[in-house]
Amino acid sequence: MPRARLISLALVLPLLAFVGVTFVAPLASLLSKSAYETRVHDVIPETMSVLDTWDGHGLPPEAAFATIAKELPSARADRTLLRLSGAANRLRPGMRIFIAATAQRVPRAEFAGTWRETLAGIDEGWADPQTWRVIKQAATKFSLRHYLQALDLEQRPDGSIGARPEQERVYMPLLWRTLVVSFFVTLLCFVIGYPIAMLIADSPPRRRNLLLLLVLVPFWTSLLVRTTAWIVLLQRQGVINDVLVSFGLLGDDTRLEMIYNMTGTFVAMTHVLLPFMVLPLYSVMRSIPENQLRASASLGASPMQGFVRVYFPQTLPGVGAGALLVFILSIGYYITPALVGGSSGQLISNMIAYHVQTSLNWGLAAALSSILLAAIIVLYLAFNRLVGIDRMRLG
Amino acid sequence: MGYKPVFFATASGHIGGQPLKHPSTHVEYLGVSKTYDGEQWIVEELELTVQRGEFLTLLGPSGSGKTTCLMMLAGFEAPTRGDIRIAGKSVQGIPADKRGIGVVFQNYALFPHMTVGGNLAFPLEVRGMAESERRARVDKALALVRMSGFEGRLPRALSGGQQQRVAIARALVFEPELVLMDEPLGALDRRLREELQFEIRRIHRELGVTIVYVTHDQQEAMVMSDRVAVFSHGRIEQIASPEVLYEEPARSFVARFIGENNLIKGEVSEVKGGVCTVQVEGGAMTATHLGDLSRGDQTLVAVRPERIQLRPDPGTYANEFTATVEDVTFLGDHLRMRFNLFGQADFIAKLPNIVGHGAVLPDDEVRLGWAALDCRALNFVDI
Ligand SMILES: Nc1ncnc2c1ncn2[C@@H]1O[C@H](COP(=O)(O)OP(=O)(O)OP(=O)(O)O)[C@@H](O)[C@H]1O
Ligand SMILES: [Mg+2]
Repeated sequence: MPRARLISLALVLPLLAFVGVTFVAPLASLLSKSAYETRVHDVIPETMSVLDTWDGHGLPPEAAFATIAKELPSARADRTLLRLSGAANRLRPGMRIFIAATAQRVPRAEFAGTWRETLAGIDEGWADPQTWRVIKQAATKFSLRHYLQALDLEQRPDGSIGARPEQERVYMPLLWRTLVVSFFVTLLCFVIGYPIAMLIADSPPRRRNLLLLLVLVPFWTSLLVRTTAWIVLLQRQGVINDVLVSFGLLGDDTRLEMIYNMTGTFVAMTHVLLPFMVLPLYSVMRSIPENQLRASASLGASPMQGFVRVYFPQTLPGVGAGALLVFILSIGYYITPALVGGSSGQLISNMIAYHVQTSLNWGLAAALSSILLAAIIVLYLAFNRLVGIDRMRLG
Repeated sequence: MGYKPVFFATASGHIGGQPLKHPSTHVEYLGVSKTYDGEQWIVEELELTVQRGEFLTLLGPSGSGKTTCLMMLAGFEAPTRGDIRIAGKSVQGIPADKRGIGVVFQNYALFPHMTVGGNLAFPLEVRGMAESERRARVDKALALVRMSGFEGRLPRALSGGQQQRVAIARALVFEPELVLMDEPLGALDRRLREELQFEIRRIHRELGVTIVYVTHDQQEAMVMSDRVAVFSHGRIEQIASPEVLYEEPARSFVARFIGENNLIKGEVSEVKGGVCTVQVEGGAMTATHLGDLSRGDQTLVAVRPERIQLRPDPGTYANEFTATVEDVTFLGDHLRMRFNLFGQADFIAKLPNIVGHGAVLPDDEVRLGWAALDCRALNFVDI
């Protein structure tokens, strides 16, 4: 390689390393967590290596009974047993107690010649191949069960995959709600942002700078501050309700519920994301020469016709860019719904956060994140097909 | 929609519109003044009449208010004072889209998201014309600018010259009687410019529309126009045919702006009939008198370089002086000589390349002569 290229490579290497460490690696680990997990597997590693060779028909070999009889009590002593029993229970209710009871009773059980007999003596269930299939499935390192769960699907004991019962479906309705909310937030941002961007782009330079500042200042303020400001405004005893009550428009007992529900999520998210719509629109509008509208008027088009047929189509790349930005950002929005959304205003990201922080089901969190990522990529590709990314203008 | 078909519509398919035999007034500026900021007058007390079917050019240096004049006529700016009339009717308060005037902008202003065909169909669509008639009109307009077959292209896939042709076709396709062009060829290179100058003139002849054309290129103005209005600082210095502007400049600004002129400072010492005597640094000169100067007035005398005779027979011309040759430039068909006359080393003469003229060398002392008719005493400005 020529020297100059080596040098330039050396110069970008730190940057590449930085991107690798801060972006690619976490993403890769996330994706792998969603399908590859050793937490449960490591509770009964030896049993699992025996079960590796078991084809799932009939009962596993004696060695599997021997190792699991050894590993269950020691897992119980290590307090890791719950990982296995919990995972198995999710596949087949009743497994938690079944495994815990076995682990407790194995050390005191009388050896009946083979471990197979011994375990069957403790609980009939050990003689059922279905039990073993559940254990293998629960502890396997590589599985799509998180994805199934995230998609509200389940693997039936007979191995087929189907939808969960209506009342158990959690994530798909939430994802759908997230998409719907994002769509309407994007629409609101467009409806509010387009005239604002037009106003700014048409202003004389001095006023233009002032207006841009007004758009940008909230942008520079902490997200938390902006969101809490909405709490102050919208809550039951907040500014807006107080004003409406003091003017007699509302009774004290009919104060509006504008926060800790979907309304709160909508209002705060639209406000927070508005600059992402205004800025690309503004930059596109600035690039449209003034004489375009003059030309359209000289050709006999009314101002309305000029707007619809000449001006608006030329702002479409900005509309696309703004909409894509706002939509993608709102799909992954977390803090605002968490603060002002109440229980009905939560979005899929809040569920991901719950699984990361509270339930510690990282695999499921990762699967949900991956589905979100896939949704965004699909969207991006659709946008690229329809509008063309190279035509999009971010500013 | 108040527009009348002027061309395309003749039954024989002949593209009609002959130059009108009896000139009638089409556009009038009546005492039009314009200021944007309330302080600086961009256009002052403009009086201008454009005849129907005329090709009138507004010529002037950058910033002299030409575009402003045009934009007031098109309806994009309102006059601060005065009135503009089209066909005898004031257009005050009529928005641009109701005036039915075709406008060609300097940087084309084609709609980038529409094809050439879409651009041309646009003015017809907003007038609610039926699809079939639209297509016929678009085809004819494209043929007129020799751009047939380009309907499906987007403007950005066209060269500058092609874009300007399309812009011209678009301004004509809805058959306006009046077309405004604001430096339409300003962004093109010289060869294309000359080609399109020719095309625009041809189109003007074929259609007989009234064209008000803006340029700051005096050659372009001379080549294309029936009449040229020379602008300076928002005022018309002179409005006349190209020949008259060249031969008979009425103001020293015009003498300087149109073609090349030697300008000599002096003072009028005597006025007699159509001529006056002007005292200059090194003697007295006899010049054509235009009537607005009297004894004692300061003046600039303008002499065209090509009207100067080298070593004339003594007594042939009213003006004969001896000058020192500074340098001689050989330009093929003619020689360009710079003289020191009356202590100023910037007196230019263009002399035909004939026997004898080639023998003139720097530092020679030679006699120069020119007629009183070829030198005009104009208003004085400090140069
Ligand atoms: N919209 C406007 N607001 C304020 N001043 C303006 C505006 N348009 C033009 N001017 C000023 O008016 C003066 C004349 O402008 P105009 O465009 O009419 O000149 P022009 O003769 O067309 O010049 P050019 O040959 O450079 O196009 C300039 O000094 C310009 O700065
Ligand atoms: Mg101009």
